[in-house]
Amino acid sequence: MVENSTSETVIQAGVEVLIEAQSLYFDYEVDGFSVSDVSLKLKRGTLAALIGANGSGKSTLIRLLSGLLSPVAGQIWLKGQPLELIPRIRRAQSLAYVPQINPMIFPFTALEVVLTGRTPYTSFFGFENQSDIEKAMEALETVGGTHLAQRRVTELSGGERQLVAFARALAQEPECLLLDEPSAALDLKHRARLVRTLQHLRDKEGMTALMVTHDLQLLDPGFDQVFAISHGSVVAQGTPRRVLTDCVLSQVYDDPHIRARRLEGRTFVWSGI
Amino acid sequence: MVFPASPSNVHLAKENARSQSMAGWRLIRSLVLVLICLAVATVVSLWLGYQPLDLSLLRQDEIARVIFFRLRLPRVILAGILGASLGLVGACLQAFFRNPLAAPFTLGVSGGGALGAGLAIAFGWGASVSGVPLVSLAAFAGSVTAMLVVYRLSSTGNMAMPGTLLLAGVVVNLIASAGVTLIQYISDSTRALQILRWIIGTIDIVGFDPIWRMLPFLIPGWVVLMLIARDLHLMAMGEESAASLGVNVLRCERLVYAASSLVVGVVVAEGAHIAFVGLIIPHAVRMLFGEDVRLVVPCSFFLGAGFLMLADAVARTAGGLPVGAVTALIGGITFLGLLRRQRRFSAI
Repeated sequence: MVENSTSETVIQAGVEVLIEAQSLYFDYEVDGFSVSDVSLKLKRGTLAALIGANGSGKSTLIRLLSGLLSPVAGQIWLKGQPLELIPRIRRAQSLAYVPQINPMIFPFTALEVVLTGRTPYTSFFGFENQSDIEKAMEALETVGGTHLAQRRVTELSGGERQLVAFARALAQEPECLLLDEPSAALDLKHRARLVRTLQHLRDKEGMTALMVTHDLQLLDPGFDQVFAISHGSVVAQGTPRRVLTDCVLSQVYDDPHIRARRLEGRTFVWSGI
Repeated sequence: MVFPASPSNVHLAKENARSQSMAGWRLIRSLVLVLICLAVATVVSLWLGYQPLDLSLLRQDEIARVIFFRLRLPRVILAGILGASLGLVGACLQAFFRNPLAAPFTLGVSGGGALGAGLAIAFGWGASVSGVPLVSLAAFAGSVTAMLVVYRLSSTGNMAMPGTLLLAGVVVNLIASAGVTLIQYISDSTRALQILRWIIGTIDIVGFDPIWRMLPFLIPGWVVLMLIARDLHLMAMGEESAASLGVNVLRCERLVYAASSLVVGVVVAEGAHIAFVGLIIPHAVRMLFGEDVRLVVPCSFFLGAGFLMLADAVARTAGGLPVGAVTALIGGITFLGLLRRQRRFSAI
């Protein structure tokens, strides 16, 4: 399944490979690798999902791709350049990472949090200017959180905090969004809205996104590509329709009761009890 | 996708954002305010003392002039320097550890410094290395050690656990104070008294020499902490998101450790440990000017200076009380009030 990829930027049918990872290994100083021999390519303008069981290494992989962790072996390229050689500020202008949990201790306002997304574009001593504030407000509007702007993040619900974290990533104006379970605390409506927002950004701005999720109902027809990871390795990848099958999912989640069925143009997944 | 908020709501929110969020302007506004506070505090604390300042006397009387320039002025300035340092370090530590209770005192740094200084006094290390007294060096070493121990204990992998951090700080403080008590018990009474006076926290200073001696160490520490205020602003909202926004977390961590142990070490060495300034000043600043760390850091510096000047003036006027006791009383009571307000902070 893993292709024999080359290190340089591959232009395939005019589509640039934005992120490429080759033979990534990572361990948390416990026995066994939490990410083991992962190779993947993410083309520009792709909406991709990363699925897998709890503790299968999804979050680790997305942290590796965002440069928060360094692989013990293997290489990541961002637009053909080795990720670790790209200056942090320039990396922050291309990649935005949305963490899974967003512990907020100090009562910043949501707008203050979103405004930090503009940091990669402000000078070292500079503060955000008028246009940064407008971009932050736009980002909040995109995720449907304008009303949160002046609220204290410590008073927001888990889902509202996720919206704020998502808005901050959008304010970063990245080329690629790396999202770690952004939909976990969102209600049904906001989950759909999240996917629609990602689709909209992909179609309008050519945004690339890789999203860790347990929410398999969101994937087909919303996503272009699905990577399934099990015990730290990518075991299946392809379009949602190809990956979301009884056979693949049973293997990925190690659960023989998982069923996937298409109904009215979407794939539904459940585990039979 | 239709968003339920009406356009006028969105417009209103935007207007609000515009008026309230120009952090640069807010920084200037709040700096002006704290500088006014500082100026008032300076004048008041120069005025107060055993004898209120008499300007005409100062012009004519030689002794009054000596008292003013050799005793009162240096003492007020020293109080300002110590308060500024503690306020600054407190603001940085709270942001860095994402913990509103982090401060030089609660993280065990002051305790470690006191133990180092206690050891030095007990062994009678009166010597100095290139102008720096060994007592100061020992206090500095103690502060750095305490900070390293607390951090090692509380960090798992690459995250510092806020709860463990405070617990470790408290334990290190207890161990340090037990050590100091032990040293006092063993050493002879003169030295024991010397250690006790040192620990209570007094700002006794004659002339400007001690100040000149401190500044070469303090100023680099101050500059570093001021410069990383922006990184700390991002760190205060989460280590991972800060890293993804381009903050070099490891470098930031090292700078915070090095600079704050340096500054606290010097402060503890020179002014003994003055409790709670580093804890309450950043909170006061946040209550006054909001959460933006880029604002809180410089404002805590100046407000800390003003606060300790006034506390010391009160201590002097009230018949030479130790300033450490005054700040601990005010600080302790304020701290309890903060704990009551703890609901504002979602998790400690």
